[in-house]
Amino acid sequence: MSTITNISLEEHFLDLYRKNSSDIADNSAPLMNSFRENAIARLEELKFPLNGNEAYKYADIGSVFKQDLVKTFASQKISFNIREIFHCDVPDLNTEPLLLVNGRFYNNGLKYKKLPGGIIAGSLLQAANDYPEIVEKHYGRYAGESEDGLVALNTAFAQDGIFIYAPPGARMEEPVQIVNIMISEKGLMAQHRNLFVAAEGAELNVVICDHTLSAHSFLTNSVNEVYAGKGSQVNLTKIQNEHNGSSQITHSYYHQEGDSNLVSNIISLHGGFIRNNVNVKLNGEHAENHSTGLYLSDQGQYIDNFVFIDHASPNCFSNQLYKGVLDDTARGAFTGRILVRRDAQKTNAYQSNNNMLLTNNAKIYSRPQLEIYADDVKCSHGSTVGQLDENALFYLRSRGINYREARLMMMFAFAHDVIQNIKVMSLRNRIDDLVNKRLRGELSRCNNCSLQCG
Amino acid sequence: MQKEQDQILNEVTSGEYKYGFYTDIEQDSLSKGLNEDVIRTISDKKGEPEFMLEFRLKAYRHWLTMKMPRWAHLNIPEIDYQDQIYYSAPKQKAKLKSLDEVDPELLETFNKLGIPLEEQKHLSGVAVDAVMDSVSVKTTFKETLAELGIIFCSFSEAVREYPDLVKQYMGSVVPYTDNFFAALNSAVFSDGSFCYIPKGVKCPMELSTYFRINAANTGQFERTLIVAEDNTYVSYLEGCTAPMRDENQLHAAIVEIVALENAEVKYATVQNWYPGNKEGKGGIYNFVTKRGICKGDNSKISWTQVETGSAITWKYPSCILRGHNTTGEFYSVAVTNNYQQADTGTKMIHIGKNSKSIIVSKGISAGRSNNSYRGLVKVLRGAENARNFSQCDSLLLGDKCGAHTFPYIESDNHTAVIEHEATTSKIGEDQIFYCNQRGISTEDAIGLIVNGYAKEVLNKLPMEFAVEAQKLLQISLEGSVG
Repeated sequence: MSTITNISLEEHFLDLYRKNSSDIADNSAPLMNSFRENAIARLEELKFPLNGNEAYKYADIGSVFKQDLVKTFASQKISFNIREIFHCDVPDLNTEPLLLVNGRFYNNGLKYKKLPGGIIAGSLLQAANDYPEIVEKHYGRYAGESEDGLVALNTAFAQDGIFIYAPPGARMEEPVQIVNIMISEKGLMAQHRNLFVAAEGAELNVVICDHTLSAHSFLTNSVNEVYAGKGSQVNLTKIQNEHNGSSQITHSYYHQEGDSNLVSNIISLHGGFIRNNVNVKLNGEHAENHSTGLYLSDQGQYIDNFVFIDHASPNCFSNQLYKGVLDDTARGAFTGRILVRRDAQKTNAYQSNNNMLLTNNAKIYSRPQLEIYADDVKCSHGSTVGQLDENALFYLRSRGINYREARLMMMFAFAHDVIQNIKVMSLRNRIDDLVNKRLRGELSRCNNCSLQCG
Repeated sequence: MQKEQDQILNEVTSGEYKYGFYTDIEQDSLSKGLNEDVIRTISDKKGEPEFMLEFRLKAYRHWLTMKMPRWAHLNIPEIDYQDQIYYSAPKQKAKLKSLDEVDPELLETFNKLGIPLEEQKHLSGVAVDAVMDSVSVKTTFKETLAELGIIFCSFSEAVREYPDLVKQYMGSVVPYTDNFFAALNSAVFSDGSFCYIPKGVKCPMELSTYFRINAANTGQFERTLIVAEDNTYVSYLEGCTAPMRDENQLHAAIVEIVALENAEVKYATVQNWYPGNKEGKGGIYNFVTKRGICKGDNSKISWTQVETGSAITWKYPSCILRGHNTTGEFYSVAVTNNYQQADTGTKMIHIGKNSKSIIVSKGISAGRSNNSYRGLVKVLRGAENARNFSQCDSLLLGDKCGAHTFPYIESDNHTAVIEHEATTSKIGEDQIFYCNQRGISTEDAIGLIVNGYAKEVLNKLPMEFAVEAQKLLQISLEGSVG
């Protein structure tokens, strides 16, 4: 393994690809392999978003990728039984979670899970072979045009991930849960790829939980492609709870057809370096998007949310709400960009970013942006940076609530604004709980887990 | 009364760029191109001391290492910097003693523009420094101001007469290394205005500079420096026009303001460079670096701008709030029509404790134009209790134009409170209907609504300017309806 100190990141990864290309291909599906050469060329052209890249202005991508991490491309043998050491902490979800371990689908003798309504959930690698007509139609279609070198990097290396398909009209009560686990004896980098397809009129609920189960450095560079067909309803919730030595970059591409409604909630509880890119394309009339995020960070954590909403059709609606509480020396960044294309008339687009700094060493960067080329639109954005309202604190304390409790109550209320957007009731209550614990500093890992990560 | 209304209406509906005439004055110009010799010649022609030439050459050498910035939301065609004339001046035979010796053609030009250069017209009570192409033509009221110890003169004069002041403050707010256009300006700047307010003096009248580009193929590079000592007040106005030409002309200026303890400086601009014709041909490329520093405690700098001209505008009047309890203000109306492009906004850098800033930006786009607000609010660690409020509204008139907002907020202090809000909308059909119903034509109704929309900013302008700016808004938007 060459260290990445003397050569450029591009060279390092191109070299890595050339040396391992047969390993990568052998452990993946031909359909996914067919994208790799193009992606490599694209990476050479776009390069890593380092110094001076406007989209990654505040994120130090260079030092994240320069960590000395193991990159493996053959399927790994996991020597312990994950189910014995990991129990998910989100109860009331009756379904067994799908497991992604170090970026690969954890096969427990079961290729797919068949859910009511004909919904299929399982390994993307398997699906690319078994359901090529569906995967081919969507794989690489939404992330493919990205100007981000890191997306090309993922396309070049991704071998597996989760595939979920909801056929036309399918309805689901309980969400599909994906537990994404990083566990290794050494620092590790993984790049998985998820593809979720909701066909016309389908309803799809997905929860993704990210965890680290050993104390090594981890780096995840993953891509989610989500297709919301005409009139579909898609609810996605992502809970990020990794330790401080982990770095996580997630690129989500949401392609929405007419009358579809997609809700995306990203709850960042813990993580050393987190970058969430959300790209939404509203491709049909009356499509509706709600993107929300909550980030709670302390110590030296860095959390960066980047949201791009492309209003490509008239009569669409989008709403962004991102809120953050930053403590200690944490740094946070938010960029939201709304693009209203020419002729996308009658667009309604809103964006709001609120930040609370608790110490003088915490930093926040906020860039709420509008780019509008149509005249009959209603767009607004707002951004605030501030602290807890002294008057409100006084009100609570004069009623016998101590200072600490009063502060917690107010922070919790601040955070709940985001949480209440989560559609699945049981999940919402559970996350309320997690956030409450997180604000009290009691959450370093999920309760039932017997591992001492965090 | 009726007559006056008709006249205004007439002016409004004529809708052409009324400052587009060209005055045939004998010009003293250098040939096209830029190199060290050109810079030496400029410096020589102006009879500058050695330190100025050094400054220019350093800036030029630095400029050579820089690239034109591409980050703005603008489509800037390639500019051939060798295809420009860097010095052009109305020919002067000898040093002028009184107004009688000024070229009558020149006087005529400024009269046409409504600039009261002649002393007998000083009813308006505004002291003017008029800059044509590269040279300051005439500064009025100099003597009156001198009695109070205020220095108000052309920049070249200041370099000759007050080299110590120039040396101390020039480049202290906008160093020549600041950006591409600042470096270019520092190398070739021809003239501009210099203003110095001594301790404890409140300037009794508005000071004003009027910039005019006249000659063809000429770039105008002027430089303004305002120094306000402790406990002073000054209000400064700036106006600009240019003839109509098919080719694009370059304008790259620098304005530096230094406000010391308890000083207050108000700087208002009505920018009306030729914006190009309806097909987007011609017009001025306006690349301006304006920055003020509130150096002393309790000082205040306020920028007010009405931007209606220029084919391309690239301009971010900024405040560095270094002292404690300092205030920075930015009020802007930017109008773009036809093929105009504007990327304008401000930077507020909070360094001192209890520093406050307010940003009110109103963008209006019509035709096929693009209008962007770009701003930065940065609170440094020591800026306890810093406070910012920003409001950026955009109004779209027509479905072929664009309105964009790119704010940057960077906070390093947990006691800081920063708020930003922005909206984008169009003029409501119900609003127009309401006016129509009361016998107001659609065109007038739009003028009315736009003026109401921009009122918050226009109110900040000095009286004479406010009237002019209001008319300007109407003219700029003429023909953009329906």
